[in-house]
Amino acid sequence: MEGGKALNPWPGGIAGKAAGPGRGRKALSLWPGGSAGRLTGLEGTGKALSPRIRKGEPMWIYLELFWSFIQVGMFSIGGGYAALPLIQSQVVERHGWLTAGEFNDLITIAEMTPGPMAVNSATFVGIRIAGIPGALVATFGCILPSLILVSILAKLYFKYQNLDAIQNILGRLRPVIIALIAAAALSILKTVVASESDLSVNGVNLPGILLAAAAFLVLRRTKKSPILIMVACGGVNLLLNLLI
Amino acid sequence: MKKRNILLQLFLNMLYISAFTFGGGFVIITLMKSKFCDELHWIEEKEMLDITALAQSSPGAIAVNAAILVGWKLAGAPGMAAAVTGTIIPPIAILSAISYIYEAFASNVYVGYVLKGMQAGVVAVLFDVVFTMGAGVLKTKSWLNYGLMAAAFLATAVWKINVVYIILAAVAVGILSRIYGKWRAGRP
Repeated sequence: MEGGKALNPWPGGIAGKAAGPGRGRKALSLWPGGSAGRLTGLEGTGKALSPRIRKGEPMWIYLELFWSFIQVGMFSIGGGYAALPLIQSQVVERHGWLTAGEFNDLITIAEMTPGPMAVNSATFVGIRIAGIPGALVATFGCILPSLILVSILAKLYFKYQNLDAIQNILGRLRPVIIALIAAAALSILKTVVASESDLSVNGVNLPGILLAAAAFLVLRRTKKSPILIMVACGGVNLLLNLLI
Repeated sequence: MKKRNILLQLFLNMLYISAFTFGGGFVIITLMKSKFCDELHWIEEKEMLDITALAQSSPGAIAVNAAILVGWKLAGAPGMAAAVTGTIIPPIAILSAISYIYEAFASNVYVGYVLKGMQAGVVAVLFDVVFTMGAGVLKTKSWLNYGLMAAAFLATAVWKINVVYIILAAVAVGILSRIYGKWRAGRP
């Protein structure tokens, strides 16, 4: 995949290291990204498929997919991009299920489609290796650690949340979470401003900024659903680009 | 409210929300807040923030973690199952469909226009939530809270510190401030 550029709104993420798809087309990243993701450079060469995959031995591949993605699910903490190095090490380097180029494609696609990065990756790899059952097995492996650990957390939280001490501590956590969301918002805003568009003015994406501002005002003033607003923005941008 | 009804609603709502979560963990949190707090009043806003913190600090995707927490709160283990299933079906379905035509999809110009537009929408949605909840923090009139908010923002936006460390630091501050508060209250 040459000539493309993955736009990463989260500073410090993998932007620029992952090439975009297609010839000369830019990939879009809507992801604010995590903070731990750091690819060592996608030098993984596509190795031969794991030797256990022979005709008539499908069970192995399901177990391998399952176990690989359990590890991905277990160690990716803190947001989408955190999962990527793990996915790369499992999928490209360890098992050779994807080549480096295909891994780039995966990142791009996972950014362009709804859903968590890890889940999207699991489905993508799973389906390419072992069809729909592969996708299901990989995705289930990916979410299993969450199911176990977070359900325990859920029990604990909902049991003890009303304790004074816990509320005090949580009260200090809430402003922090708001700040993190603000930082993510700013990051994506930067991407929007810098993003190349046929309608840009002096390299600044004026229509994008105006669209975001308009959407913001609508949200503040009315009770419209955010999903509606997001979809509307998509539609408006499509129209703008088609008409101009 | 009948249990079956809640399960179905959980499933359908997460299905709908997950299908539109472009842009990462915080977006789904915002959409979940809009549905479950603002619209349905099943969860309080501050609970949603706590859920966000837990979902971020735990291994795995934020979307899945948040679904587990919300599902559990509303309907225990079945609720969890309903919410998570609703959350993962859209990505599985969409990725499965796309994986065969992804090159065409990724280079499609119209898809690009729509996604770029949605990107602007995501900015608006996130800032809206920040303003709304930020106002709540301002109301607490606590300098410690203001400081925490500012410090966390700098830590992540400028210094790129790992989110998990930021959350752990905040918890530490919370514990210390609680100890301090009790000590001050205990003095005659």
